Amino acid sequence: MRVSYYPGCTLSTKARGYDRSGRAVAAALGVELVELPEWQCCGATFPLATDNSLALIAPTRVLYQAEQAGEQVAALCAICYHVLKRTQTTLERDLEMRERINWFTEQEYQGRVRVVHLLELLRDEPGWDGLAERVTRPLKGLRAAPYYGCLLLRPYDEIRLDDPESPTILHDLLRALGAEPVDFPYNVECCGSYITVKEPKISETMSRDIVASAREHGAQVIVTACPLCQFNLDYPQRETEFGRSGEEIPVVYFTQLMAVALGLPEEDWGLEEYYVDPRPLFRD
Amino acid sequence: MSRIGLFVCHCGINIAATVDVERVAEVVGRDSHVVFATDYKYMCSDPGQQLIKDAIVEHGLDGVIVAACSPGMHEKTFRATAAAVGLNPYRCEIANIREQCSWVHQEEPERATEKAIEIVRTMVEKVRRDEDLVPFELPITRRALVIGGGVAGLEAALSIASAGYPVVLVEREGYLGGKMARLSGTYLNFEAAPDLLQQRVGRVLNHPNIRVLLNAQVTGLEGYVGNFKAEVSGSRVQIPGSNLKPEAPKPETLEVGAVVVATGWDPYPLERLPEYGGGRVPDVIDGLAFEEMLRPGGELRRPSDGRVPREVVFVQCAGSRDPERGVSYCSKVCCMYVAKQAMMFKERVPEGQAYVFYIDIRSAGKGYDEYVQRAMEQHDVLYLRGKVSKIFRRGGRVVVWGADTLAGRPVEVEVDLVVLATAMLPSRGAIPLAQTLHIQTDGYGFYNEAHPKLRPVESLTAGIFLAGAGQGPKDIPEAVAQAGGAAAKVLQLFAQEAMVQEPTVAYVVEELCAACGACVAVCPYEAREIHPVRGIATVNAALCQTCGACVVACPNKASRIHNWEPGQVLAMADVLTEMSS
Ligand SMILES: Cc1cc2nc3c(=O)[nH]c(=O)nc-3n(C[C@H](O)[C@H](O)[C@H](O)COP(=O)(O)OP(=O)(O)OC[C@H]3O[C@@H](n4cnc5c(N)ncnc54)[C@H](O)[C@@H]3O)c2cc1C
Ligand code: SF4
Ligand code: SF4
Repeated sequence: MRVSYYPGCTLSTKARGYDRSGRAVAAALGVELVELPEWQCCGATFPLATDNSLALIAPTRVLYQAEQAGEQVAALCAICYHVLKRTQTTLERDLEMRERINWFTEQEYQGRVRVVHLLELLRDEPGWDGLAERVTRPLKGLRAAPYYGCLLLRPYDEIRLDDPESPTILHDLLRALGAEPVDFPYNVECCGSYITVKEPKISETMSRDIVASAREHGAQVIVTACPLCQFNLDYPQRETEFGRSGEEIPVVYFTQLMAVALGLPEEDWGLEEYYVDPRPLFRD
Repeated sequence: MSRIGLFVCHCGINIAATVDVERVAEVVGRDSHVVFATDYKYMCSDPGQQLIKDAIVEHGLDGVIVAACSPGMHEKTFRATAAAVGLNPYRCEIANIREQCSWVHQEEPERATEKAIEIVRTMVEKVRRDEDLVPFELPITRRALVIGGGVAGLEAALSIASAGYPVVLVEREGYLGGKMARLSGTYLNFEAAPDLLQQRVGRVLNHPNIRVLLNAQVTGLEGYVGNFKAEVSGSRVQIPGSNLKPEAPKPETLEVGAVVVATGWDPYPLERLPEYGGGRVPDVIDGLAFEEMLRPGGELRRPSDGRVPREVVFVQCAGSRDPERGVSYCSKVCCMYVAKQAMMFKERVPEGQAYVFYIDIRSAGKGYDEYVQRAMEQHDVLYLRGKVSKIFRRGGRVVVWGADTLAGRPVEVEVDLVVLATAMLPSRGAIPLAQTLHIQTDGYGFYNEAHPKLRPVESLTAGIFLAGAGQGPKDIPEAVAQAGGAAAKVLQLFAQEAMVQEPTVAYVVEELCAACGACVAVCPYEAREIHPVRGIATVNAALCQTCGACVVACPNKASRIHNWEPGQVLAMADVLTEMSS
């Protein structure tokens, strides 16, 4: 299966490991992610202004390119996914807005392309049972805490990926990989998101609670689908002038655990660049 | 030449401020069939009606048009007025120039006046051709069916039976009393629900006029007001006052004249509140479960480890007033029962602490607000104004995250037990039952009343009445009051000698009918059939609602409606097209 792929800026820079592992596991499962030929930034926030037409232009350009390329476009970055999916929903429902933007961009976006997250693609094909069959190196005994955050799931009315209050999609995936999903109450709490840029103290406080809760529930690793969550949870656990506490928990992308479990070579794991090094967990 | 009288009503300023009523009377008054035309401030008032009566007598009128509000409001009134002085009431018609004219064209008084004239003119054409009609009389089966044996159903059954009429009470479960049978004390005076209920149940079981069918359901209903046939299945006859083994379940058909639907409510499932730990955290329970713990003989212990809870959080509006994830309406009883439960908890565990998260307190009712105040002031129940965002387990305790919007900060409380005051849903199975009974529900499955203000205990189907929480969230006194109202309506029906049925229904011109059955297929009220012996279509006048579907469907113009004859409708259309051409 060939699917258009929108990597987005972060996966081309700071989150290269997510991109690399994502492409590798997709390929291993028979899904070829075909990068859109000429893509641009989606804007990285979904505008909430009363008149949001200006900010919808960038994501609509992406959707237009995707529409030219095929029926659906896959994203890995939860933020890109969020922005593209909501833009798509908005333009599907609001014809006037679509006409307005098309008038400006001089491109005829038809409002048809289906925006999917790789998680959704895999849930449909090969499905969790199918995935489990391809696992060559089950993550036996690995206590992994699925952390969903906000943007991947909310608002439900526009995203419809999973129940935003009690999601299971990452749990299911982890089970298919042979790991033991750790349920912890903070799994859909906000990590602070962009506030990390302006008020890092606030997001660090929020993140510490999340990590602490995962640890209390016995997690060895936290699993996410969002580069900003990854950073916000990982960075506060960095080594400081006081050294390390010894209670750090690595924070990885679901694709990276998949790469390990599917027996892909270590360079496909993309686990080099983190403040808390996850690799010791996976080296025999 | 007809002798029609025209009476144009001002409706205060409702009509007269927009429509030039004098002009309407004057212009239409010139019609050769109209021998008298006038206007008046309030036609429905006593002097207004007197004016009509006097004119009928004085001018020997053979038809009356009242140009006024919707016929839904006052058709009955004015027909009675006409009948009082000997005019056949079906020769009195309403021309609606309020709802269909003045109210909707307030910006354009001139054109509104023109339209009013057109409306009245069409009525002239109709009234000219109206015939004397006589209402039908139908017999009444004076036996009532009550569906649902909760406190509302019990009340309705007792009221009807005590007036001397037989009642069959059909209850789905194996016991009577409904949800009230699971309650502890009741607000406002903590009187024990089981005691209150026992007297009622005892009276019902021993009443010579009441037959109780337990574990039974109504599976079909045919017929019409005064003459229903109900199919009941899976019934076991409970013989009052005896210990005989119940009969084996067997289906039967009951002939009844009226039905009271009192199927009550069911709690919103805990599992649909996962963010509150519903269905996941054992020490998160709903209000009914807590009632059971507070009951005489119940044990106030946490489900997880059997310890007596010291600290309890109550979460109001759990699932209610939440259009996004739950139901949009207020469940109405929870503010009150939470106050009750919190006080009862404090009685049992005086050193304990009760917290209540609320959006706002809805305690409208005599003595209700004072009751909630009592919980706050005399029992130290801590009320926190704000919604709860999340509930989860930490160690052996339950953590509640919420907001205290009065203090303007997020709060976290760690307690032993959480009680969710979950929303009231219509009883499961209410929608299919409504379909069986041909009554309507709202989007949630609460039965719709015929009119939200003036006919709150009737359904839109004649002879089917509503009582209790199945019509909308209600507490016990309200459910009982509504049941009393429904019973009064049943008795009103039974007190009539025969049922009078409007004659303005469909009929079949026998020699034109080819028995094609087109009308049978379109009739939404199952009022038509092809007569097995006579081989033509026939109308069950008691079921016909005068919708007109069959008239349009009939290729032979054999299907007609009294006083809506093809000649009348065409003449009405003609006068309109003439005027606009
Ligand atoms: C936790 C809690 C505490 C409460 N405390 C109080 C209080 O202190 N004071 C107060 O005034 N109110 C209280 N209430 C409200 C009270 O429970 C209701 O007002 C009352 O139950 C309404 O009675 P009902 O007869 O309308 O409905 P129900 O009690 O629900 O009875 C309906 C009956 O119909 C039966 N039924 C349903 N469907 C069918 C069918 N298809 N065929 C045949 N039978 C059927 C059911 O089995 C049931 O027996 C409380 C509610 C809750 C949730
Ligand atoms: S009665 Fe009170 S607790 Fe119940 S839904 Fe209404 S406001 Fe909320
Ligand atoms: S008028 Fe309507 S309700 Fe009456 S018989 Fe015809 S189709 Fe049925």
